[in-house]
Amino acid sequence: MSVRRLAEEQPASFEFTPENLAWVNKQIAKYPEGRQASAVIPLLWQAQKQHNYWLPKPAIEKVAEILDMPYIRVLEIATFYTMFNLEPVGRYFIQMCGTTPCMLRGSDDIKAVLQRRVGDQRKVSADGNFAWLEVECLGACCNAPMVQINDDYYEDLSAENFEKLLDDLAAGRPVKVGSQTGRRTSEPAGKLTTLTSLYGEDGRSGPASDKTQA
Amino acid sequence: MTKIIVDGKEVDVPAEYTLLQACEEAGAEIPRFCFHERLSIAGNCRMCLVELKGAPKPVASCAWAVKDCRPGPNGEPPSVVTKSPTVKKARNGVMEFLLINHPLDCPICDQGGECDLQDQAMAFGVDNSRYAENKRAVEDKYIGPLVRTSMNRCIHCTRCVRFTAEVAGTADMGAIGRGEDMEITTYLETAMASELQGNVADLCPVGALLPKPYAFKARPWELGKTESIDVMDALGSAIRVDVRGREVMRILPRVNEAVNEEWISDKTRQVVDGLKRQRLDRPYIRKDGRLVPATWSEAFAAIATRVKATTPARIGALAGDLASVEDMFALKSLMANLGSSNLDCRQDGTKLDPSFGRGSYIFNPTVAGLEEADAILIVGSNPRKESPVLNARILKRWRMGGVEIGLVGERADLTYSYQYLGAGAETLAELSAGKGFAEVLAKAQRPVVIVGQGALLRADGAAVLAACAKLAGSRDGWNGLAVLHTAAARVGGLDLGFVPGQGGMDAWAMTRPGALDVLFNLGADELEIAPGAFVVYQGTHGDRGAHRADVILPGATYTEKSGLYVNTEGRVQYAERANFAPGDAREDWAILRALSEVVGAKLGFDSLADLRKALYATYPHFARVDAIQGGAINIANAGALGTGAFTSAVDDFYLTNPIARASAVMAECSALAKGRLQQAAE
Repeated sequence: MSVRRLAEEQPASFEFTPENLAWVNKQIAKYPEGRQASAVIPLLWQAQKQHNYWLPKPAIEKVAEILDMPYIRVLEIATFYTMFNLEPVGRYFIQMCGTTPCMLRGSDDIKAVLQRRVGDQRKVSADGNFAWLEVECLGACCNAPMVQINDDYYEDLSAENFEKLLDDLAAGRPVKVGSQTGRRTSEPAGKLTTLTSLYGEDGRSGPASDKTQA
Repeated sequence: MTKIIVDGKEVDVPAEYTLLQACEEAGAEIPRFCFHERLSIAGNCRMCLVELKGAPKPVASCAWAVKDCRPGPNGEPPSVVTKSPTVKKARNGVMEFLLINHPLDCPICDQGGECDLQDQAMAFGVDNSRYAENKRAVEDKYIGPLVRTSMNRCIHCTRCVRFTAEVAGTADMGAIGRGEDMEITTYLETAMASELQGNVADLCPVGALLPKPYAFKARPWELGKTESIDVMDALGSAIRVDVRGREVMRILPRVNEAVNEEWISDKTRQVVDGLKRQRLDRPYIRKDGRLVPATWSEAFAAIATRVKATTPARIGALAGDLASVEDMFALKSLMANLGSSNLDCRQDGTKLDPSFGRGSYIFNPTVAGLEEADAILIVGSNPRKESPVLNARILKRWRMGGVEIGLVGERADLTYSYQYLGAGAETLAELSAGKGFAEVLAKAQRPVVIVGQGALLRADGAAVLAACAKLAGSRDGWNGLAVLHTAAARVGGLDLGFVPGQGGMDAWAMTRPGALDVLFNLGADELEIAPGAFVVYQGTHGDRGAHRADVILPGATYTEKSGLYVNTEGRVQYAERANFAPGDAREDWAILRALSEVVGAKLGFDSLADLRKALYATYPHFARVDAIQGGAINIANAGALGTGAFTSAVDDFYLTNPIARASAVMAECSALAKGRLQQAAE
């Protein structure tokens, strides 16, 4: 972690889109009258999503005005939580997990790819597509190594498929969220190693007993 | 009440007390940084750790209530130990952590000598450090013209953050970032907007926030300390004047629960440089249109010639906003000896009058009484500008909840929310008819109607006062009419009856062209005196009054004389002399005594003690220091309410009197405040 400050260059203004404003009002309505400040984190989050995944100063002030809070109170929150990006992060913000399980499963290769293709951490790539950051565990250890790009997880990475994933994103081709090796969620890679008598050798066909009866 | 054992001594304390309070009750000293009696509990410095029997580890005593303690195994009261080896070790450890990043710059730090960290490191710390690593470096922040920052020294107690949010009500400061990168700052390093911002430097337990104008000027141990009373507004805050040699170095608040708790406004604190600039240090006489220096005897002779050439009816006297009761008493006696009844201490033209009874011109509910109020109506006043410390008391009441606040007058940011009822006299008339907010006041047990001078200096001022007195109603043992004065001298002047006698002229009439031949002006700088009269200006600063003067008699400011002041509540308080007036300037009562002999109207006292004896004989209540004498309200011939909006009597908080106008620091604050207003208007 390092000192978190607002970006040097800031947009002139920030307004929620009509859809987001409706969403914002729904969040505020969850809290009793006079306690609307409780909605500050969802609002900042939505503002960040709307604004290319980073929070500009006008957005912080806008949220403060909507919630009737002093600016400094909202700035405190925006600088406290690392999930709020205070500087531009490109079209795709890559958070690479480097914690022990991912590291054991080869996150160093992923890191090398990022270092080579995107450059240093916290710097937006020359084409404006990517910025990356090594973060602590994102809780998808069973599919390590993994990265989070904007809102989605991409798992079971290797240097090759990660390189391809970045190519596809840069070219605007559709990509698959989740495991990049084709397994579903966090099912065992390859085939079942336990409960084979219940779920069959292929691991997909349901209890083995049903199969034999049929 | 709950019993608790502290270091083997059983004490009986209220259950909601914290362990820290209970320990203090038992006489045990607990070190602390973040805890402050008047702020919310943060519990983040960990310096107040104590051992609680049954708890697995030391507990932060500031954040642990007595009622949360478990009793002993046989039902004996909970037991706290503050002197055990565990506690000592815990304190050592906390102090070591606090000092990891604290710079070793005590020799160049202004806090040195009065620093909590320094003192507690001596008392509870260890003698060396185990840390060889680089210390954390933090950029210094700009947070306004009154507070200098040195953020490397900050230990993150967040007292300043809590003060601006809870007492000042402006929420200027905050802590950005987290962990080791946490930094205390204002929003994007803007200047603080509070009129009480200077207090954060007092609250800071280390040298991170220090008074900027006082930076590198003096060390605390070389200052002479005099307890006195502030005269910058009518609240009469308790202050301590710190003097080195003949020079006032700084002004600090003293605790007075009944008036200012322990806060003072920025004007009170930082007017110090105004006490030195633009001072009148010798008498002047106007010759050929120019003021030329003169001796006392020349000045007195010039006055005597003029006084002897006219009749008593064409002599008048005005008293200004900073005059002490003794000064006004001397001037009133002089006028009586001269045979004139043209007197006035109300240079702003307020319609308050001693004949209405003392209850009609004081803040009857008292400042501390505001905390009991259940409905507050503010009429023609902006308390934030007229008395920021009193406004903090209203904010304190508002934060407790269960109070309705209404405002008639100018809309303003008072730091708390209020019901805006209307702009002026028309709204007050509606309220008098029992509509709207009047019902709230009628139902309230402890209603308070705060009337500002803005509503009272209009032609229908007496009618406004009568309407407010009626709205405040009368309860058993409670008088809700609260007149908020803007001048420290005003209540004292009204008590003395420093108002026109039978057939006498008031301030307005005296300052008309051709009204008088000789006008004694005792520091009244806020009004225009028409050409014609021979004006004797007795004051301290080369301000508006001195420019109009024909003879200037240099007087003493409030730090340079011993005097009585009566605050807006009617509380009699002593201001003590801390230093001496510059050059030939003298204490004002002594000037008037000397002058009286020359003009042939000798006053009957030769010392301040004699003067006070005479004063107490006529007005016994002045002898009862710190007491408030109530009084009846009897407003006769009030007339009818007029029309039009009320405006606050104070336009620029920072420049309300000659001392403040001479201060460069106040000028800077005023310019900043104006800039903020413009920005807000855009």
